[in-house]
Amino acid sequence: MPYLDYAASAPLRPEALTAMLPLLERPAANPSSQHGQGRAARAAVETAREQVAALVGAAPGEVVFTSGGTEADNLAVKGTVLARAPEARHLVCSAVEHHAVLDAAAWAAADAGAQVDLAPVDGLGRVDPGRLGPLLQPGRTALVAVMAANNEVGTGQPVAAVAELAHAAGAVLLCDAVQAAGLPGVDMAADGIDLLALASHKLGGPTGVGALVVRAGTTLRPLVHGGGQERGLRSGTLPAAALAGFGAAAAAALADRHTTAGTTLATLRSHLLTGLRALAPDLEVNGDRFAPDPAGGLPGLLSVRFPGRRAEDLLLLLDRHGVACSAGSACASGAVTPSHVLVAMGRDPAAARETVRFSLGHASTQADVDAAVAAVAQALEVLAPAPQGVER
Amino acid sequence: MSAPRVLVAMSGGVDSSVAAALAVEAGWDVTGVHLKLADTPGHLQVQGKGCCTLADADDARRVAGTLGIPFYVWDMAEEFQRAVVDDFAAEYAGGRTPNPCARCNEQVKVVGLLARARALGFDALATGHYARVEGGRLYRGADAAKDQSYVLYMLGPAELEHLRLPLGGLTKPEVRATATRLGLRTAAKPESYDVCFVPDGDTAGWLERRFGPRPGQVVDTAGRVLGHHRGAYRYTVGQRRGLGIAAPTPRYVLRVEPAAGRVVVGERAELAITTVELERATATDGRPLRPGRAKVRLRAHGTEVGCRVVPLDPARPHGPGAPHGGLQAHRRGARVRLELDEPVDAVAPGQAGVLYDGDLVLGGGTVTTTTPRSDPRTP
Repeated sequence: MPYLDYAASAPLRPEALTAMLPLLERPAANPSSQHGQGRAARAAVETAREQVAALVGAAPGEVVFTSGGTEADNLAVKGTVLARAPEARHLVCSAVEHHAVLDAAAWAAADAGAQVDLAPVDGLGRVDPGRLGPLLQPGRTALVAVMAANNEVGTGQPVAAVAELAHAAGAVLLCDAVQAAGLPGVDMAADGIDLLALASHKLGGPTGVGALVVRAGTTLRPLVHGGGQERGLRSGTLPAAALAGFGAAAAAALADRHTTAGTTLATLRSHLLTGLRALAPDLEVNGDRFAPDPAGGLPGLLSVRFPGRRAEDLLLLLDRHGVACSAGSACASGAVTPSHVLVAMGRDPAAARETVRFSLGHASTQADVDAAVAAVAQALEVLAPAPQGVER
Repeated sequence: MSAPRVLVAMSGGVDSSVAAALAVEAGWDVTGVHLKLADTPGHLQVQGKGCCTLADADDARRVAGTLGIPFYVWDMAEEFQRAVVDDFAAEYAGGRTPNPCARCNEQVKVVGLLARARALGFDALATGHYARVEGGRLYRGADAAKDQSYVLYMLGPAELEHLRLPLGGLTKPEVRATATRLGLRTAAKPESYDVCFVPDGDTAGWLERRFGPRPGQVVDTAGRVLGHHRGAYRYTVGQRRGLGIAAPTPRYVLRVEPAAGRVVVGERAELAITTVELERATATDGRPLRPGRAKVRLRAHGTEVGCRVVPLDPARPHGPGAPHGGLQAHRRGARVRLELDEPVDAVAPGQAGVLYDGDLVLGGGTVTTTTPRSDPRTP
């Protein structure tokens, strides 16, 4: 089945499965237990911690395992706000952050006395440091959130430049790298990132684990209390098998950097776009990902608008051919809602409803691209406007 | 021949769940769709009773999973708001009593969804309505107590050809038994009777929140002021409660005159009407309604009376040569007068008047004016 929805969840990498199986089959053990089995589980967790740290240029001791990217973002935003005095709870978030950041900030505003400013983006979805800078309130701004690359349109962000501004104002920088973690260039030290959010399943690890990488010296209040695991920042028994899968996926993603994986993805995406353009010359690409992109960006992500065709309808027709991709984001009921990212980029909601996201990843092939193009061709044929005068 | 490709509208209730199950059992190639008709609250602790809550979408999704069919949620909140909710409010503000379910079927749930299904290459739309389609005509459902043919009267041949109603031959207990047999989790789900966007059933309160108070007078037919009210939209023809007047015998709302802010009340005998006019009247066979005898139902669960159908508009140009084809002319409808065999109480403008010949639905329209028995204009 052609799977072009890696940005939603990537298939499990074989390396991750291999790392997990022995831990799932082994006798029960809590990584905190003082016996041989417990130590073995703990060893697997610490190996994973090293692998995750290596992926983002951090020290292993800076990795705090969480239940996923959403929890990592929540811990970063709320934990920072709660660690600050009430008069220093000002937050600046880019307008295209994931809801895990935006809604955590909204909670902080409603329930913890924080003030939140949103930094605008340009038509490509990119934050302009020159427009973000004036929003900072030196001494009051606690945290600035700018993601590494956007999950809906793939645009990379000028993280290092924003980090510099944030630090000058006395704020910490949160970088949601849930989508971009596998890419070269996401580096805690080089980019001046203080808090970095990761999710295992976007890298090809299992769902249900992630991490917040906390640069040494960054103050946070925990949100989950209990056994004091993860240096007291995140209590709860560590899921050794899932974390081993996360670590193995991180190691595999790191290894991909030294191969041609990124170029291959960009080539496949380019073939996909060429194929789609041939079918729909009026197609619009969101984020203009094919211009030189100094800030990087997701090489396997393609967000396109098919003018006049509802994304919901396209998805149904593609699903009929087993082709998996996404439209906007889904609301609680499961309906497609206009994306706040596209709206922040200046698209009107109607255009946002016509946008489909294809995303490729570690196991994508040319055959997947060909199948997707063929399915889109059939879908567009079905959706072709009826001839004049015929009732529909 | 490959199986017909059928889209099933799944509200999350037991009826549409069983409709989907029967469609699968019939060997059709079935896809389920749940319509999101309102902006769903983001908080799970909010539990509405209406037809468009999160729990209903979840129920529909689980049933689709049990049946092994693809399932989607489509956001039709804008269409629903415009065509049904705003129309409902505007009708009350105009002194009429709308039937939002008929309106929803016409604009969103059946006609609108069918057009979308056809555009996506589906051969037909199936719904959980209790009514039958046979030979391209619409008939009452087998369960007289549940019959929903009243809210489908506006369908024409273009729609009926592509509409499947798997519950038409079943009674409600049979539908529940089928749901239980198939292990559908909606088998014991309670009925919803209310207007889905007024989940507490308090239409007057809903309208008041929307319009604010519009105080006016309660008067008798001679124009004498009997009392005062908070908004004419709170009243419907035949209503007895909430008039706020003291009278020796019960008083009923005879007319609502929103422009003057007046609610006209009178004796029960004065509610009886003998003639009804329908607008936007259409026939299920797609041709203009013809003069002759029929039975008419003037309320969703009201009784039926015999009547004479008198078309008031000259016949429109029709057929393949007509501009824009026949369906649009059909949809626009015409005006007809119904001369009732016996007086009927409390017919509210805005309600649907639906014409039957036995179990066959001939068509219907929206009640515009009624003539009381005592009216001197009646011969």
